[in-house]
Amino acid sequence: MAVTDESPIVLPDDPSFGPEVQVDYPGYRSTRWRAPDRPLVTLPEEYHDLEGPVFGHESVAELDNDLTRQHAGEPLGERITVTGRVLDDDGRPVRNTLVEIWQANAGGRYKHEVDQHPAPLDPNFSGAGRCLTDDDGRYHFITIKPGSYPWGNHENAWRPNHIHFSVFGREFTRRLVTQMYFPGDPLFEFDPIFHSVRDPKSRELLVARFDLSLTQPEWALGYAWDIVLGRGGSGTTPMENGS
Amino acid sequence: MSLPRTPSQTVGPYYAIGLSRRTENELAARTDPGAVVLTGQLLDGQGAPIWDGMVEVWDSVGGRWGRSGTDSEGRFSFVVTKPEARPGEAPRLEVLVFARGLLRHQLTRVYFPDEADANAADPVLEALDDADRATLVAEGEDGALRWDIRMQGDRATVFFAH
Repeated sequence: MAVTDESPIVLPDDPSFGPEVQVDYPGYRSTRWRAPDRPLVTLPEEYHDLEGPVFGHESVAELDNDLTRQHAGEPLGERITVTGRVLDDDGRPVRNTLVEIWQANAGGRYKHEVDQHPAPLDPNFSGAGRCLTDDDGRYHFITIKPGSYPWGNHENAWRPNHIHFSVFGREFTRRLVTQMYFPGDPLFEFDPIFHSVRDPKSRELLVARFDLSLTQPEWALGYAWDIVLGRGGSGTTPMENGS
Repeated sequence: MSLPRTPSQTVGPYYAIGLSRRTENELAARTDPGAVVLTGQLLDGQGAPIWDGMVEVWDSVGGRWGRSGTDSEGRFSFVVTKPEARPGEAPRLEVLVFARGLLRHQLTRVYFPDEADANAADPVLEALDDADRATLVAEGEDGALRWDIRMQGDRATVFFAH
């Protein structure tokens, strides 16, 4: 077997980045022409108190949080529940905020025309869900564990299993789009998107916890993952763009 | 107490299955007499269209929100009416830009071309030089508003820390 070139992908950790991602992370090639290359301009502090959009119950249907019941049959794969709380960084629950997820199917294929990975599509799985957080800031999804899949970033590149999350939050500048990973994934060390969060401790915040108490006997494994939304402005690390 | 915040990750190339399942790009009814199409291209540092991007706009005064994916030409589009202005500021929409290759979304804003006086007095616009200011003001084009977003380069759109 040919030896593949996987060593240059991951740069050394840099804990000084804190929870921020390095947006021009060279290991993730698509950042090259897309990450802003000029310093970000600072807005007045009060701007960061600007309220964000509020979504009503009319935008979420009852079964939107159950990705296993959107078709005539059940999707293939390992049934899981994913739950956690959306919190502000002062610990307050973020109530009634919209949480949206999307993911690959159990075979590692997205139901998207651009995804040509030769793994089967599952007619019983669309891979998208949404819900509003409750009074404790809690969200809850039922889905199947997504598969890993190859991508073109470098030779023999594979994404760790992950679920994409989008969260709005109270203030406009707390908006977050991120990815939730599963504990113990052997692909972590090779994944430049995961490593774009340079501080290893911050990276761990992207990894869900397996929780036997959330696991429903004879039915589904349970994972727990809390999401903490930071406020912009003074809480923002000025070196975010490496500038 | 300050909890460590969850880091951002890219929206990736397949966000549309989760975030663009329904049409949400109309902040105003097309039949509204003040309705206008706000459209433009999302462009990378080589001038190439970003075909797998997404733009969200937010009228914080009127409480109106929308999102639009980009097409094969990097084009996004919204139906808007001009928002009310905050005191001492020019009318504008807050804008977030998402894309594969963007590890965190970027924050910018779009102003209106027929508000020259208000734009000249807007505290955020006023603090920018002419070239940067121009990146945040849409242009009238065939009855629509045209506003391109450039991620990099000499004419790069101004992005704000957030």
